[in-house]
Amino acid sequence: MTDHVFGFDTLCLHSGQIPDSDTGSRAVPIYQTTSYVFDSPEDAASLFNLQTFGNVYSRISNPTVAVLEERVAALENGRAAVAVGSGMAAQMIALLNICEAGDEIVAAKTLYGGTHTQLNVNFRKLGINTIFVDSDDPENFARAITSKTKVLYAETLGNPSLNVLDIEAVSRIANQAGLPLFIDNTFASPYLCCPFEWGAAISLHSATKFLGGHGTTMGGVIVESGKFPWDNGHFPTMTMPSLGYHGVRFYETFGDFGFTMKCRMEGLRTFGPTLSPFNAFLLLQGVETLSLRMDRHCSNALAVARYLENHERIAWVNYPGLQNCSSYALGQKYLSKGAGAVLTFGIRGGAPAGQKFIESVQFLSHLANIGDAKSLVIHPASTTHRQLSEEEQIACGVPPDLIRLSVGLETLDDILWDIDQALSKSK
Amino acid sequence: MTDIATLQRVLRTGKTIAVVGLSADWFRPSYFAAKFMQEHGYKIIPVNPKYDEILGEKCYPNLTAIPFPVDTVDVFRKSADALPIAKEAIAIGAKHLWLQIGVLNFEAEKLAQSAGLTVVMDRCVKIEYARLFGGLHWFGVNTKIVSARKQMAKP
Repeated sequence: MTDHVFGFDTLCLHSGQIPDSDTGSRAVPIYQTTSYVFDSPEDAASLFNLQTFGNVYSRISNPTVAVLEERVAALENGRAAVAVGSGMAAQMIALLNICEAGDEIVAAKTLYGGTHTQLNVNFRKLGINTIFVDSDDPENFARAITSKTKVLYAETLGNPSLNVLDIEAVSRIANQAGLPLFIDNTFASPYLCCPFEWGAAISLHSATKFLGGHGTTMGGVIVESGKFPWDNGHFPTMTMPSLGYHGVRFYETFGDFGFTMKCRMEGLRTFGPTLSPFNAFLLLQGVETLSLRMDRHCSNALAVARYLENHERIAWVNYPGLQNCSSYALGQKYLSKGAGAVLTFGIRGGAPAGQKFIESVQFLSHLANIGDAKSLVIHPASTTHRQLSEEEQIACGVPPDLIRLSVGLETLDDILWDIDQALSKSK
Repeated sequence: MTDIATLQRVLRTGKTIAVVGLSADWFRPSYFAAKFMQEHGYKIIPVNPKYDEILGEKCYPNLTAIPFPVDTVDVFRKSADALPIAKEAIAIGAKHLWLQIGVLNFEAEKLAQSAGLTVVMDRCVKIEYARLFGGLHWFGVNTKIVSARKQMAKP
């Protein structure tokens, strides 16, 4: 006998929650508590020794947060997940799980500006050095790997350059070197792309974006495929007794969910960027409709991209769903259901015209986020990527005239109307 | 891959578990698993020639030395050792043979199955218990359980 395999939409609604035996509550209960009573001193000792499964303190685990964790793990077809307070915390906890002073990371140079800064400035201060490479040629990752490299890091879709990563090719390079590939899958969401299908070891999310989907809540998720061989000799931190958790060997003890257990028991326990139960509840409400929203995001974004492509005021449009986009072929492979909500464009007249456009839109919201149900617009060079020099901005795929649009779920004609009226005022 | 219904049946009908290769070191996975099962109502019979007693239970040098019936034989030994252990499990009339994560022996599986035993291979008894009857879901593991019925009673 084999178990029935449930579809994506069913998992969005059900994974991670069985109605509890006491109340039968159908909605996920919000366990707004810091701590949990022990049955006995012996039970407490077993819990602290990780000999039994249970909750001790909500910095480490919480039953509401756990529903979100399991649900995202299921949607990614992964083995396990751990949720944290933000997407930035997710990448920090995941990377520090296996990197220490003296180690190196090889990362795509087109990362989100905040991620670029975390690696290039803050991690460097900790003695962890990142080599940034042009990810459009996967061989650049291979050329940058040294004996100190611990992980390859990239985004499904670069932000905001929207270059699609050849995940399968980069995974192959990583696996040949005995290294895990970490993918930030935020822009695609688990609905549009499953990085594990192509060989990635870890998938990361800013749940703030499409998973939550309504611009209400910060959160991050780290998902583990369960397939990476952490005992291949490169990761003593996964196989040797943990100094931070009284000698537990995470890979030996927890096997294919050892990475997330280590994130939880070392990363969350000692660094502390916990997700609140209430925020997990709000994110779960978003996840329930993920596939419906992503389909509409994608169809609206493609229609907007095609409209802009033929608009006289537009100098260029970048959307992997457009046939003349350099990422179109990779997009067809990795994002077959749709190329996402985000597109970028430049207006004739450069940066000043772009500023005028942003001042002139009526209901497109000018703010620094993506993945809201509402349409969002921003000028990255003066906002999200402001910390970088102009050369660094261009290297990250942010020319001065670039405008980023996160296309929402409004009536398509209204989105096109607002763009058109703002373009006419941008002259 | 063993399906959920089979795993539930093995865990419900196998309340006496002989743990072959059980270590007395508290930080070893075999000790973790056996202690957990003991705390959840299972009778644990340690099988290891190196010890007299583990977890408060008399320890036996091998399966055939156990003077009472055993439901499940749980194996924490290298894969090659699984075949002679399977033969012993058949000899003592065990109902189930459970080979832990990383213990893969298809010959042992086939032999035990042909003798009427249910065989579970490359899985952890503690993890499967916690997956199916509660515990594992608290740590974000994908249990693959989809159900609108209230949480099932523990075995």
